[in-house]
Amino acid sequence: MPRDAAVLPAAAAPRPGLALPREAGWWLLLLPAFLLMTALYVAPILQVLAISFTEPTPGLGNYERLFTAAGVQRVIGTTLRICAVTTVVALVLGYALAYVIALASPRARRWWLLGVLLPLWISVLVRAFAWVTLLRRQGLVNEGLLAAGLIEEPLKLVWNEFGIVVGMVHYMVPYAVLPMLAAMREIDPRLLAAARGLGASRLTVFGRVFLPLSMPGLVAAGVLVFIVSLGFYITPAILGGGKTLMAAEWIKLQILDLVRWGMGAMLASVLVVTILATLAIFARVVDLRRLFGGGH
Amino acid sequence: MTAVARPGALVAGAESAGHALELRGLSKRYGGFTAVDAVSLRVERGQFLTLLGPSGSGKTTILMMIAGFVAPGEGAVLLDGRDITALPPERRDFGMVFQGYALFPHMTVAENVAFPLRVRRLGRAAREEKVRAALDLVQLSGFADRRPSQLSGGQQQRVALARALVFDPDLLLLDEPLSALDRKLRAELQEELKALHRRIGRTFVSVTHDQEEALSLSDQVAILNHGRLVQLGPPEALYERPRTRFVAGFLGHSNFLRGTVREVAAAGSVVQAGGTRLLQRDEPGPPGATVLLSLRPEKIALLAEGEGAENAVAGSIAAWAYLGAGYSLSVATCDLGVLHVALPAWRAPIAPREGLPVRLGWSAEAAVPVLEDADAA
Repeated sequence: MPRDAAVLPAAAAPRPGLALPREAGWWLLLLPAFLLMTALYVAPILQVLAISFTEPTPGLGNYERLFTAAGVQRVIGTTLRICAVTTVVALVLGYALAYVIALASPRARRWWLLGVLLPLWISVLVRAFAWVTLLRRQGLVNEGLLAAGLIEEPLKLVWNEFGIVVGMVHYMVPYAVLPMLAAMREIDPRLLAAARGLGASRLTVFGRVFLPLSMPGLVAAGVLVFIVSLGFYITPAILGGGKTLMAAEWIKLQILDLVRWGMGAMLASVLVVTILATLAIFARVVDLRRLFGGGH
Repeated sequence: MTAVARPGALVAGAESAGHALELRGLSKRYGGFTAVDAVSLRVERGQFLTLLGPSGSGKTTILMMIAGFVAPGEGAVLLDGRDITALPPERRDFGMVFQGYALFPHMTVAENVAFPLRVRRLGRAAREEKVRAALDLVQLSGFADRRPSQLSGGQQQRVALARALVFDPDLLLLDEPLSALDRKLRAELQEELKALHRRIGRTFVSVTHDQEEALSLSDQVAILNHGRLVQLGPPEALYERPRTRFVAGFLGHSNFLRGTVREVAAAGSVVQAGGTRLLQRDEPGPPGATVLLSLRPEKIALLAEGEGAENAVAGSIAAWAYLGAGYSLSVATCDLGVLHVALPAWRAPIAPREGLPVRLGWSAEAAVPVLEDADAA
């Protein structure tokens, strides 16, 4: 008994060496990951930002080219146009897919999801070349259309913006499906039954109830697809055939081929700022935590 | 559609605006499971019918077949004699209050109530007028611009009612309308719902598993079990003259006494149950037949010393509980097993305690003969 009495007060008293607040322990656990992120991710980005202001001469010279150089403007215009078209097409296809999956039986839903996610496991390089073989002059699509007598001569399906959009849409559809599917699964099916019971046709139920309720998912998917599209490199490089330049490929060209670090860093910084600005705007509209899998 | 064109308010005058609904041999099977088995019944115009049964009794499936969400395997649904079995739900013009209300979360209260009018392409002025009248009817006039999420459960329930009634539906269907509410609010809304039904004079069909709700609201109650209609009738008739053991046990509480008919005479019959001879005013069966009697706990009285009754049995209290308004006693008798007795607590003749010897008595009309459920099928 006396021994117990001696131990208890010692255990209850705070140990002098570790008088940190309770939460400090948790933050210490996060520290390695934080340092890794800072060293490998944040620091290089800051360095890129710095280069864009210092190379070749200190000042805003690189950013001035945004407003004066037609080449830069053309690249930005092309990038925005291709990303916008990709986003719209991926959203339309993805919405239809998500709709079918959301209303499917649990068994069918698993197969549909597998079909949607399967492309994600195939290398983007393989997929880009697969599209080239399908879409080129002697590719399956052109040969098929020629054989069917639908066209007189091969269509230009690849090594242009059309080819890039096809490849990018193919890549982006799963990213469009998942946020929209999550939003659709949250819609109470009784609401759809209620709308029909109150006299709405299937089309009206979709337009007045389902579509508005799935809108957060649609917006989230749009933001996600657009942002990811902005940074596309391999797909446009292969399916564009070097003729259609998008931002990522142009940056690579500046830095690796022309050794104009300042210009490359400038456009990279513009991309990063554009993406952050887009996120900031839409964070006010939709719940981003839901988009990135948090929340609930 | 014709219902919407009718101007005028929701409140009907003396003339009944309801429609008569008839179900003919309605059946529904899911694989090997029979959810609804040959249910036929008729609801007269302006009546309040409740489908009552335990979960899995098929009551909700029947409602869904009336609403048009579930296609019957066999049988027909008729409205005023017209076969509407093949009509899709949106063309039936039935108002419906869903379980959990199913209010549209992205619309305000007014937009929710206006929804049935909007899909019927009613003009803006007429729409606003009707929405206002419907919200007045459920006493929610000040809540038009709120979102459903900003309302209490009871208020949401009223919005669902207003939305279901705003287009003057031929029939109002209610799926467990009060089950999501707490007990006190439920009692309040029961009264309101009943008053609303009287006021607008439409035909209501409701589904519930709550026997109290069914008894207090309905003109007619249909008791369902295992997909079959067991008994249909006014609440009092079902409670006082249950046809089967299931009905007697499901509506309120009941003691069951099994015995053999010994004599049938003008003054009453004698049923032998164990060593006790029970006097029954009615004729439960021919002499020699085995019968089952249902005896409600509140119809058994505690007999004072020397007091007589047409039926009397001695026993002792095996268990008891105080319930505020009364005591619930379980009395062990030597011949009739354990009998449950409901004793009003106000001026109770005894202070219950375990082992207390008591004498129980009931009149010859108190018990009613019921069928075993297997025999009733």
